[in-house]
Amino acid sequence: MADFLYQLLLTFDATLRIAAPLILCAMAGIFAERSGVIDISLEGKMLTGAFVAAAVAALSGSPWLGLICAIFASIFMSLVHGFACITHKGNQVISGVAINILASGLTVVIGIALFRRGGQTPTLGRDERFKPLDWIGTETLDAVPLLGVIYRQLISGHNVLVYLALLAVPLTAFIIYRTRFGLRMRAVGEVPEAVDSAGVSVTWLRYRALIIGGVFCGIAGAYLSVAQGGNFVREMSAGKGYIALAAVIFGNWRPLRAFMACLMFGFLEAATSRLQGVDLPLIGEVPTQLMLALPYVLTVLLLAGFIGRPSPPAAIGQPYHK
Amino acid sequence: MTDTNKDGSGGAAPYALELKGVSKSFGLIRANRDITLAVRPGSIHGIIGENGAGKSTLMNIVYGMHVRDEGEILVGGEPVDMRSSADAISHGIGMVHQHFMLVPTFTVLENVMLGSEGGALLREGRQAARDRIVELSERYNLRIDPDALVGDLNVGQRQRVEIIKALKGGAKILILDEPTGVLTPQEAEQLFEILKVLRDRGVSVLLITHKLAEIMEITDAVDIMRQGQIVGHRKTAETSPAELAELMVGRKVLLEVERTEANPGDVQFSASGLGYTNSQGVVELQDISFEVRAGEILGVAGVSGNGQTQLMEVLAGMRHLTAGSISILGTEVTPATETNPRIIRDLGLRHIPEDRHQHGLILHFEARENMILGVQDSDLAGTGFLMDPAAIEANCREKMRDYDVRPDAPRHFAKNFSGGNQQKIVIAREFSANPVVLLVGQPTRGVDVGAIEFIHKQLLALRDAGCAILLVSVELDEIMSLSDRIMVLCDGHNVGIVDRAEADRQTLGLMMAGQKREGHAA
Amino acid sequence: MSGPTPPLPRWADLFLLPVINLMAALFVCGLVVLAIGENPIEALGVMLKGAFVYSGGLGYTLYYTTNFVFTGLAVATAFHAMLFNIGGEGQAYIGGLGAALAAFAIGAAPGIVALPVAIAGAALAGACWGVIPGYLQAKRGSHIVITTIMFNFIAASIMVWLLVGPMLEPGQQSPQSVPLPEGSYLPKMHEMLGAIGVETAATPLNASFLLALVSLAVFWVLIWRTRLGYNIRAVGQNPQAAHYAGINVPRTIIIAMAIAGGFAGLLATNEILGISHRVILNYTAGYGFTGIAVALMGRNHPVGIFLASLLFGALYQGGAELDFEFQSITREMVLMIQGMIILFSGALAYMFNPPLARFIARISAPKREVAHG
Repeated sequence: MADFLYQLLLTFDATLRIAAPLILCAMAGIFAERSGVIDISLEGKMLTGAFVAAAVAALSGSPWLGLICAIFASIFMSLVHGFACITHKGNQVISGVAINILASGLTVVIGIALFRRGGQTPTLGRDERFKPLDWIGTETLDAVPLLGVIYRQLISGHNVLVYLALLAVPLTAFIIYRTRFGLRMRAVGEVPEAVDSAGVSVTWLRYRALIIGGVFCGIAGAYLSVAQGGNFVREMSAGKGYIALAAVIFGNWRPLRAFMACLMFGFLEAATSRLQGVDLPLIGEVPTQLMLALPYVLTVLLLAGFIGRPSPPAAIGQPYHK
Repeated sequence: MTDTNKDGSGGAAPYALELKGVSKSFGLIRANRDITLAVRPGSIHGIIGENGAGKSTLMNIVYGMHVRDEGEILVGGEPVDMRSSADAISHGIGMVHQHFMLVPTFTVLENVMLGSEGGALLREGRQAARDRIVELSERYNLRIDPDALVGDLNVGQRQRVEIIKALKGGAKILILDEPTGVLTPQEAEQLFEILKVLRDRGVSVLLITHKLAEIMEITDAVDIMRQGQIVGHRKTAETSPAELAELMVGRKVLLEVERTEANPGDVQFSASGLGYTNSQGVVELQDISFEVRAGEILGVAGVSGNGQTQLMEVLAGMRHLTAGSISILGTEVTPATETNPRIIRDLGLRHIPEDRHQHGLILHFEARENMILGVQDSDLAGTGFLMDPAAIEANCREKMRDYDVRPDAPRHFAKNFSGGNQQKIVIAREFSANPVVLLVGQPTRGVDVGAIEFIHKQLLALRDAGCAILLVSVELDEIMSLSDRIMVLCDGHNVGIVDRAEADRQTLGLMMAGQKREGHAA
Repeated sequence: MSGPTPPLPRWADLFLLPVINLMAALFVCGLVVLAIGENPIEALGVMLKGAFVYSGGLGYTLYYTTNFVFTGLAVATAFHAMLFNIGGEGQAYIGGLGAALAAFAIGAAPGIVALPVAIAGAALAGACWGVIPGYLQAKRGSHIVITTIMFNFIAASIMVWLLVGPMLEPGQQSPQSVPLPEGSYLPKMHEMLGAIGVETAATPLNASFLLALVSLAVFWVLIWRTRLGYNIRAVGQNPQAAHYAGINVPRTIIIAMAIAGGFAGLLATNEILGISHRVILNYTAGYGFTGIAVALMGRNHPVGIFLASLLFGALYQGGAELDFEFQSITREMVLMIQGMIILFSGALAYMFNPPLARFIARISAPKREVAHG
């Protein structure tokens, strides 16, 4: 029993680590989509961020500099998205696809040009990454049964970007629901005409929403390559941007619910990898590859209205014409 | 201009709003030409004109949503460079748009706050905004609950929210664009009371409308627009509806179309107890019964939005009736029958939809492709397995000639034809099938005068050939001049059916407001 | 209401604008090549030689072209119904499964029987994978973009599961299925040409190329000559008018997605029936996504799709050549070019429209100039 609990604890711990980039990207997606811009380019922005973070960290030795550059690179991609589908009123989906493919190509092309390692960046040393932070008092609390383990494994011992991801959720909720910008941004995703007639620029609001999304995606990318991993590997975002998008939909475009969806998807993946090759009673060996498809299957079922009714922002996907 | 005569009777006080030589073009279309007008402070100023006369464009220019090409705008005597709605708002101009600019998922309070939140955090300005709503609603009699969700409000209430929004910053000029189009007569009456209070409190009101009665009832002065220009200015007390109407259309209103007496035959088309409830559970049509005989036109009158669209679409099979029955040439259609536009069309019913852009045409299709829309499976598109482009083109050419569509270019995209010629394409397609039953919706909306006469003549010719016609139009004149009998819809109900001889404007007006005629069962 | 710019003449809209967009995309790519210290003109030269000049280059180019024709048609068919089918990748993947299952089912039958069955299996399986998102869009209102994206991942998961599990060839390290029965192999082009006395280099190009050409023709007839095509286009341009015209809109959407998926599934005829003769993990290698670029560039017209496919075929084949000739540019360059083309030909398709329209209006009608124009 104790072993089971410990295993569960480790699974929760892994959940958090898997979910961190999903949470960041989901918050990015919420900003973009609540402002009325479909953002399937979360994936590409994260990949760009991952590459730039690892490359800069490798060249400069500083993960922080890598993080900052990743954020700027990701914002740049957001601006490309905005230029295409806000300024030029292009198709938001096509623009997103273009950015994702562009990111796949550019990261490898530049990676090879810089490092000649077939698209990978050099492995970062310990000091060039974000290290796990051990919180004070882990030693003392170790003595306390259960609580000590929870504190050591679950609460303490993550890198700073995980905490940043957790912080992103209340921050997003605060901005969206409590600030002037948030009110206007939600309005622009529902009835952009109302915002325009109130004398507020629809274009600039949407750009700002995309830029904020760019910041989050950049952090998510840096997490992949200089915190969770130790270098950039081609295609390392591996569909996480799409899972985050699924979480946004699953969370009905609300920060807290999207966060829960990210945790759920993270837990599914963590549990799956723990169950690999394990024979469970009644079920037999778990088809782990199929389990990994669950977030996608669930999202399809949700979108089809089999689990609740999604209510996307009313003006999503439509360029604003005066 | 420097005169400071305070009583205003000399007209020397600065105008609340003044336009001088304002022009605006969209591409090759000159929407507004050399507009000059002046609005006195504390007055209700009307701008009247037909649909498409350029009224909305003009108001969007005043409100900064469009930027004028030429001309001057003066507010309170000061020239203002109006480049965005923010400019307009800062100069004390508020606007209530024809289509409400409200976020349905927000509360009244949030909608009112939008754009003037009073700080980076909503907390800072919320109480002030709430106080402002209460204050405005008391001063101008605009009762509204600040915490109600806008999506839950009815149209009249939403309009009040719009007025509060427009006034919240202390606007001295309030523009209302076709405010009564979506209101019931009672709601419109309430709105007018509010407007009078506003005027008495010193707000200048600009009322944009195409309804003569409103101008006569409430305005102090009126400018008449036609084809993008101001064609007249009158003090309301010194004009008559007839004069305004003449100025609006630029000719004596043609009330009488040359027509012969109807010679009705058997009942071809009827409805009995027809009802329609939409997917949200809102009852949109209730207990509607009528009969249309061969060789007669049954007109359907009503304020727009009282169920006309739903009635047409239910009759055409585009929506599924939920109660009662329809009979088309003896074939019964009930809620239990499978209906779709194809089945209904195959029964011999043809349909000119109210909105040609939405339903009647595919604008990005060529004219010849549009000419087979709805009959694409028939021999008109070729007799073989594949469609025959030569046959399709020949069919189009023939109909374009018969119905005088210009240019007679089957390969032009539908979007490149003028409104009148687009409508002629739809009419050519539907009329040339020699229908036995015909539904006609807004046949002359946005159509030039020449085409109107042509369409009316064709319609009467079809009637005389024995077609049973149901005609829906929001233009009462059109209904009165073409119909043999008139059914009036109000709030999805059939208020009554009157014969042509008994139908005068007053009777119909009362019925459109929902009053049943004495001695007549609906 | 027309915008402030004069309308673009049809010829410019159909030919000039796409070419300008392509040039813009290639120009930006050239800048990137310059930035990483190589000569873009030289790189282009190497790619062109690799694609067309070197022995076998053309064969490889056409082999890639075949893939892009299929996936391009998958995207274009859906586009005509205004559906954005991002699911070509997944539909092609499942198409491979269908081809294999059909081939195994028919067993050791002769080619004349086995081939059509295997090809039909590919198309049918792809169609199934397209129909589900189509159905969910038409009947349940699910956004087809999201659903098709999700279906790509679901397809990938299913295939991984099959290829490391039930379908894995015993004794194999890499995830791939057992070989298909020989009756289902498509003949190679150099063998066919050799049979009639024309000697060519041995390349992967096979009879599926002919199937691709036929598909292009079928697509043209379908869209512009059949009533179904009329319905598909009507639903795409104005679903309300289509409903008015008696067209069953949901059914048309579902059929369009079935056909789209079917085209995507045919990718398997090239990769599996033509070359590998077995299902290999990730055999679709992103061809489905390239189909988006192909359809956008080709303006959803068969001629355009063929030309765009040829271009991408040349890029893929020529891109492989880059690996040999340059230190710092590799075939991934092609992925970047692809992204740029989707950006410029798709998302920014009309960026050059207003200036171009003004330019054409100015040079073509100087004498019609009137005061106040």
